[in-house]
Amino acid sequence: MGTLLLIISIWSLFVGVIDIDISALLSSGEGMELKIFLFSRIPRLLAILCTGVGMSVAGLIMQQLCMNKFVSPSTGATIQSAQFGILLSLVFVPGIGLWGRVLLAFGLSILGTWIFVWFVQKIQFKNTVLVPLIGIMFGNVLGGITSFIAYKFEVTQQLSTYFVGSFSLIIKGNYELVWLAVPLVIIAFIFANYFNIVGMGKDFSQNLGVNYKLVLFLGLTIAAMITASVVTIVGQISYIGLIIPNIVALFKGDKIRGTLIDTALLGALFVLGCDVIARSVIMPYELPIELIVGIIGSLLFIAMLIYKLNHGKKAIRLRKAKEGTCCE
Amino acid sequence: MTIVDLNKKYDGKKVVNSVSFEIPKGKVLSLIGPNGAGKSTVMGMISRLIAKDSGVIHFEDKDLAKWKSKELAKKLAILTQHNNIQMKLTVRELVAFGRFPYSGNRLTKEDNEMIDKAIAYMELQEYEDCFIDELSGGQRQRAYIAMVIAQDTEYVLLDEPTNNLDIYHASNMMRTVRRLCDELGKTVILVLHEINYAAFYSDYVCALVNGKIAKFGTVEEVINKETLAEIYKVDFEIIYVDGKPLSVFY
Repeated sequence: MGTLLLIISIWSLFVGVIDIDISALLSSGEGMELKIFLFSRIPRLLAILCTGVGMSVAGLIMQQLCMNKFVSPSTGATIQSAQFGILLSLVFVPGIGLWGRVLLAFGLSILGTWIFVWFVQKIQFKNTVLVPLIGIMFGNVLGGITSFIAYKFEVTQQLSTYFVGSFSLIIKGNYELVWLAVPLVIIAFIFANYFNIVGMGKDFSQNLGVNYKLVLFLGLTIAAMITASVVTIVGQISYIGLIIPNIVALFKGDKIRGTLIDTALLGALFVLGCDVIARSVIMPYELPIELIVGIIGSLLFIAMLIYKLNHGKKAIRLRKAKEGTCCE
Repeated sequence: MTIVDLNKKYDGKKVVNSVSFEIPKGKVLSLIGPNGAGKSTVMGMISRLIAKDSGVIHFEDKDLAKWKSKELAKKLAILTQHNNIQMKLTVRELVAFGRFPYSGNRLTKEDNEMIDKAIAYMELQEYEDCFIDELSGGQRQRAYIAMVIAQDTEYVLLDEPTNNLDIYHASNMMRTVRRLCDELGKTVILVLHEINYAAFYSDYVCALVNGKIAKFGTVEEVINKETLAEIYKVDFEIIYVDGKPLSVFY
């Protein structure tokens, strides 16, 4: 999967309105091609990779900690909270600049996710589908408030770039914040076993001497920060956090140590693939990536649901299991 | 381990009322009693899953509340029925978590040997790479016990380990409990609904009624006509099988 990602990454650098070929790039030295390359194409690629890795890992963490396969940044009110934070910064402190905006988005998305998880844990739903439904409702309420205030203060246009995810505006100098996803994902990898243990339940964590609440809050904070950084730079991109971890778990199980890298790679691959499609279908114009992700994502999600309906909880085995055991 | 004057209230109702007893080392102790007697609450307080209102639990000459979670996890293991059973972990991955208090993220060679031994002890070798959510209830319970064995603790607390198991698996589970004590020298404390499992497989029985200890003693002292009738308000007949008192009720 890594190799495939590398190949498509390199190829994607040469997809765009202006044709660039390698020989021109190498020979011309400081020509326009090189500038486009350094200022637009490479930043765009890096932003895509960070988004894919970040959002899928954020989804993985949230699913584990909430013990629910349908929870993700888009169904756990995280994205909407981040947008609400951005709105507050646009309306009340317009001169705050990028960093201030980011901090507000961080704060609100962390807070929103905490409230959601606290609520879900308080109520203790027996039905797993209710949890994401509550998240979606909560997110929609927040979204409604955001839209209302945005209309009132006439910032809907400004805000719309944060609603529909798109990589078309990424250029060197304005996107570096998404790199934050990388250290956060590394932290997530270090704490992977803790997240797994907490995902097994409160009693299970206590038995192994793991502080349940602390790890829960830490994990949700990481997931919310990754999401907020992506939303502030790229905009809303749904589905990745929901489907990518589910697809990987279908093949590899839920042990985060074993699945985190695959989840990250597949997430990056998925976003990159969608972006290439978004750039190519109506050349020289491009579609917002959110559109492509939405179409492909929902199809994949439906396919996955149908698979689960037909096969129950059975995992897909890549290697053949030992004979005569339950895995057959 | 000594428990002194344990109390717990829920919404103003006393569910555990000044409970004191001593847990005999290297023996199997069962907590029995009717529904709502406070068995699981007492167990929860011993394992620190539930905060106690008052009272002290002495554990190895130290107040249990003062133990560090990680250190306690090497001495005392608790298994309840509230685990997430949808998690796709393989049996081996689950058992490996038993070593978490010792090695954290990195498993040493010694840890892997312990894991192998625990899996072999519970005869789970052929299921080692199976996901626990695809196993039967009995197999899954064995996998959890294997994890507790890998955790290598002196004390093992089991909250209703026979719950949701059929007779075959439940009696197997109880035999395993006996082996944990006899072969591995562990002190096992159980919460049980089935009086006869308690009677047949444990050394001591603690009967709770309405949050108070009705009777604490050896199996013979508790499992007899008079005491049981007093606890459960039902007539019992006692028959002896293999020298152990078993109750018959209808």
